[in-house]
Amino acid sequence: MSDGQDHDDGGHHHERPASPIELRARALEALLIEKGLVSTDAIDAVIELYENDVGPQNGAKVVARAGRTASFSSLTARAAIAELGYGGMEGNTMVVVPNGPGVHNTVVCTLCSGYPWPVPGLPPSWYKSAPYRARMVAEPRAILREFGLELPPETAIRVWDSTAEVRYLVLAERPAGTEGWDEEALAALVTRDAMIGVSVPMAEQAARS
Amino acid sequence: VGWQPRRLRSSAKSPPLGVAVNPRFRPGDRVRVCRVHPAVHTRCPRYVRGVVGVVERVQGTDLLPDRATYGLPTYPEPVYAVEFDSQDLWGESDGPPWTVLLDLFDTDLEPA
Repeated sequence: MSDGQDHDDGGHHHERPASPIELRARALEALLIEKGLVSTDAIDAVIELYENDVGPQNGAKVVARAGRTASFSSLTARAAIAELGYGGMEGNTMVVVPNGPGVHNTVVCTLCSGYPWPVPGLPPSWYKSAPYRARMVAEPRAILREFGLELPPETAIRVWDSTAEVRYLVLAERPAGTEGWDEEALAALVTRDAMIGVSVPMAEQAARS
Repeated sequence: VGWQPRRLRSSAKSPPLGVAVNPRFRPGDRVRVCRVHPAVHTRCPRYVRGVVGVVERVQGTDLLPDRATYGLPTYPEPVYAVEFDSQDLWGESDGPPWTVLLDLFDTDLEPA
């Protein structure tokens, strides 16, 4: 972790005052190390894990593996999670909620920020914001519209509020025009937002990227 | 019951949910969320208290966080995903209705 005392190295690295939260985190870290409660190695290992090994790429692989079969299903997604070995912190009990014709699932945690870390990675900051948490259960169509997702009025919207220890992963419908795509190509379509249910995978997005 | 930070249970070490052997409610059962107003931590959000929903599935068993968080004696109890109609939660809305599903502990529910 940077100590905030770095000097300008050739005009590329401008010093900026640390925010109150950074100062607090730094003071806590120093105290924990001083008291022998954690080691710097352990902190580095956690940061490395979440920077490199945990992220939306994991969930994308799960959804894609489930999608190899004719239709996505929660059973195959659960098998894929087990097969790929994802679990642990904030993901001990993961439930896959599959979208289908006329059914769209979304996930929120009104009480806090419950989120299946091992699969889509760390939650985005908006997921933890009070407006998202309050509005997703009270006006999901308005929120989804702000994310650019306009669903037909007849689509049944199912909002999962993660109040206990169960963590939810939305299994998107396999987009039209992806027949015959392999697992890697399908995984490229599956975004973090699609796993939260505020977006759906689009075949044309992949074609553009 | 008071704030006892030293005895907080670390959620990072939570095991998976246990298996509910004889849950009080089954999928399809109508349940009403108890009206409670505790001063302590609870996983029963205010917006569902007193509202009738339908058990969607039995998730398993877990310790009631309202007690376990404070290190109070507790035992695994069933956790249910309960399905609520938006009109029962909020009243009539201008647009089409939707469904909200929450995980609620056995303690929070009564037959409806």
